[in-house]
Amino acid sequence: MDFESKSMRRNRATRSATNYFVSGLCILATILVILPLLAILFYLIYKGASSLNLAFFTHVPAPVGETGGGMANSIVGSGIILFLASLMGIPIGIAAGVYLAEFGRGKTLANAVRFTADVLNGVPSIVMGISIYSLIVVQQKHFSALAGGVALAVMMVPTITRTTEEMLATVPHAIREAALGLGVPKWRTAISVSLRTASPGIITGCMLAFARVAGETAPLLFTAFGNQFWSFNLSQPIAALPLQIYVYAISPYDEWHRLAWAGSLVLIVLIMVSVTLVRIFANRGALKGGS
Amino acid sequence: MGVGILVEDLNAWYGTTHTLQDINLHIPANHATALIGPSGCGKSTFVRCLNRMHETNPIARATGVVKMGEIDIYNDASPVEIRRRVGMVFQRPNPFPTMSIYDNVVSGLKLNGFRNRRILDETVERSLKQAALWEEVKDDLKKKSGASLSGGQQQRMCIARALAVDPEVLLMDEPASALDPVSTSKIEDLIFQLKSQYTIVIVTHNMQQAARVAENTGFFLNGKMVEFDSTHKIFTNPRDKRTEDYITGRFG
Amino acid sequence: MSSTRMTPERETSSPLPVPTPVSPPAAFADMAPAVASTTLSPIRDYLSKRGSGRLADDSFAAVMLICACSIFAIVLFIFGILIMHSRLSLAQFGWKFFTTQAWDPVSGDFGALPFIYGTLATSLLALCMAVPLALGVAIFLTELCPRPLRAPISFLTELLAAIPSVVYGLWAVFVLVPLMRDVIGPFLSKTLGWTGFFDGPNFGVGLLTASMILAIMILPIISSLTRDIMTAVPNSQREAVLALGATRWEMIRVGVLRNSRIGIVGAVMLGLGRALGETMAVTMVIGNHPDISKSLFAPGYTLASVIANEFSEATGDLYLSALIEIGLALFLVTIVVNAIARLMVWAVTRNAPARVI
Repeated sequence: MDFESKSMRRNRATRSATNYFVSGLCILATILVILPLLAILFYLIYKGASSLNLAFFTHVPAPVGETGGGMANSIVGSGIILFLASLMGIPIGIAAGVYLAEFGRGKTLANAVRFTADVLNGVPSIVMGISIYSLIVVQQKHFSALAGGVALAVMMVPTITRTTEEMLATVPHAIREAALGLGVPKWRTAISVSLRTASPGIITGCMLAFARVAGETAPLLFTAFGNQFWSFNLSQPIAALPLQIYVYAISPYDEWHRLAWAGSLVLIVLIMVSVTLVRIFANRGALKGGS
Repeated sequence: MGVGILVEDLNAWYGTTHTLQDINLHIPANHATALIGPSGCGKSTFVRCLNRMHETNPIARATGVVKMGEIDIYNDASPVEIRRRVGMVFQRPNPFPTMSIYDNVVSGLKLNGFRNRRILDETVERSLKQAALWEEVKDDLKKKSGASLSGGQQQRMCIARALAVDPEVLLMDEPASALDPVSTSKIEDLIFQLKSQYTIVIVTHNMQQAARVAENTGFFLNGKMVEFDSTHKIFTNPRDKRTEDYITGRFG
Repeated sequence: MSSTRMTPERETSSPLPVPTPVSPPAAFADMAPAVASTTLSPIRDYLSKRGSGRLADDSFAAVMLICACSIFAIVLFIFGILIMHSRLSLAQFGWKFFTTQAWDPVSGDFGALPFIYGTLATSLLALCMAVPLALGVAIFLTELCPRPLRAPISFLTELLAAIPSVVYGLWAVFVLVPLMRDVIGPFLSKTLGWTGFFDGPNFGVGLLTASMILAIMILPIISSLTRDIMTAVPNSQREAVLALGATRWEMIRVGVLRNSRIGIVGAVMLGLGRALGETMAVTMVIGNHPDISKSLFAPGYTLASVIANEFSEATGDLYLSALIEIGLALFLVTIVVNAIARLMVWAVTRNAPARVI
């Protein structure tokens, strides 16, 4: 028995073909997306690893025309700026996250904070850079490590706030009740029970925020500014790895291009390690408390 | 030693839902009192009003008078102070997952800033013994996480945690409903042992449990307390038709 | 504190009313209440002396609230400071600033039109390239991908989001630019030259190269958000369509895409927000020349890249003020785009956990 008319059969064939065609397109898209990633990683390792040597980690940049030299001052400078940024950004971010998760449930103000944090996350980093320039550098009359730290701190806050909130939301309510039921004040419950239980997630969230600002160049252009020499003075211009990569990448010298690749490899390894840790944590799933 | 609890005209709301209506009740000291009733009848809300846990939910509120001993808990003290005098055991075991068994048991002391090591050690031993868990865990008090115990052990640890603060009243909100029969009977034995020293209020939907452990029983229905009397009387000769319907299994 | 103290209270209070008078059980009557324990245990003694903690609680809540409000403060502060520092240019040019083409630091005549054009052209072109690919990846990952491949592929696309802008720029300068100059560019001008979009000399740097690197950079954002949104579509929707005899693609089109279209538009707008403000990689490959040219091979300039490139050498208050006004415009546009996008994404994934990346 044939229940299908000719046109129905043709229709079915078309539909089936469309199905395969679209599936094929999706697979192709995925390949096209992964391709540049692999290409970038390949170039980084190929060009970067061959240029990495001990001098890279121990020397300051060599003057133009001389070979050798390294980015030791940039690595340390990035470290200093990031330390400053973390010092300011992490406590504020975590505290704001604690407010959202522990005090602001269902409040209009909390929703507004959450929304503003998400929107702030999308503000271009170059805009952060010129705002901090206008605030600090203009006042101090010179570029400084401190200004760079503030710019990165401002960028860390919204990310950390949202991660902290998400992570605190995975802490079962029953555990908070257990503490409150024992007569533990709310502040102590928030710190010693909620935050402590969610701490692995919050720490990885902070590392993620750290890794993201570690690669930021635009906010440092007019704040930390960069420096060819060692500097440990917080009110002076300071070198930073992404800044140095930028300067070297757009320079006309092969020797500097080589160093830019090496610097990028170092930067990316730092970032990938953090992101992978985050991923491993996320795969382990939400924290299980109670049962 | 426990204190008695006097409840007068207690009303409670969740948002606009009137979950408790005009509850009047005297819970005698150093006895177990069971509260029974179908789910959603307000019995859990009632015990949460007794240590002001009810108000941790921002949309919840309560009016009326609850006196614990000579203290009017809604006027004479802060929620935190009341909760320190009242131990609470929840429906599902809720150990602190990041703490060892030891730290779990004395968490009510440590998180309130109590630092005397000797007394902490003594308290852990005393309360775990009271909760009949000492023999099972004494060797890995600090090694094992509280969350690594079995469900029944966790619940007994939670009872030990509630007893560690030396409370006068112990509130138990369906403490055995998430446990297997063996663990349930252990918890019931425990209540039987403890009721001479503490005023125990136990919420249960299991009528046999109420009959086994409590001297007095209150029956709740739709936010009202229908009947409160000695357990024997409630189960043999209830005054109210609705109580009779409930205990004979005609609804709920 | 024993039940003896309860008794007088009970007598003075009005007799307990409804539902039934409490009859104390026999056990209660002969219970030995008597001596209130005169010595409190050390624990009870300690806890009863401990204060209500109300002050600590209130101050803690206040500090948390202040930190939360600092997020408002940051946004307001950026807005305020940008307005303050761009007032010279705001007063001088007014709205004309956004409609004139002049960019002449020497004579002090500034107009942002070329940068607006460059920003819109690169961002929209990047969206045209990235959106179909991102949708493809999201569909592949949620609907088609074999389970064991799902985690590694989504991990790889998320790694793409973690690469710093300057590294993309470096790669683009040394890999994408030569590729564009020697392979892609000639091919395009040969096949599509008649459209007029691929005229003029091709140096490898220009609008098209910038759009391509932008597309690569915004892809992971759009695809991971789209994936979340598609995952949030309940399976019952899929099953309902499949039960009607639909093919897998029809199921995706009717059951999944139609239900998540608002969220997908939101995800695309978030990608747009990112593209509008992207600075380093674009600055490195766009050519940095304030021209409005139909050819995609021509060098251009974006709002973000003109700030990055000229800010530190801007001499004169008006020049600096004009650059800050460009920053202000960028800030406002990205705020609006992001706000709309977030609302759209929230509308769909309200109950699903948000992502950080």
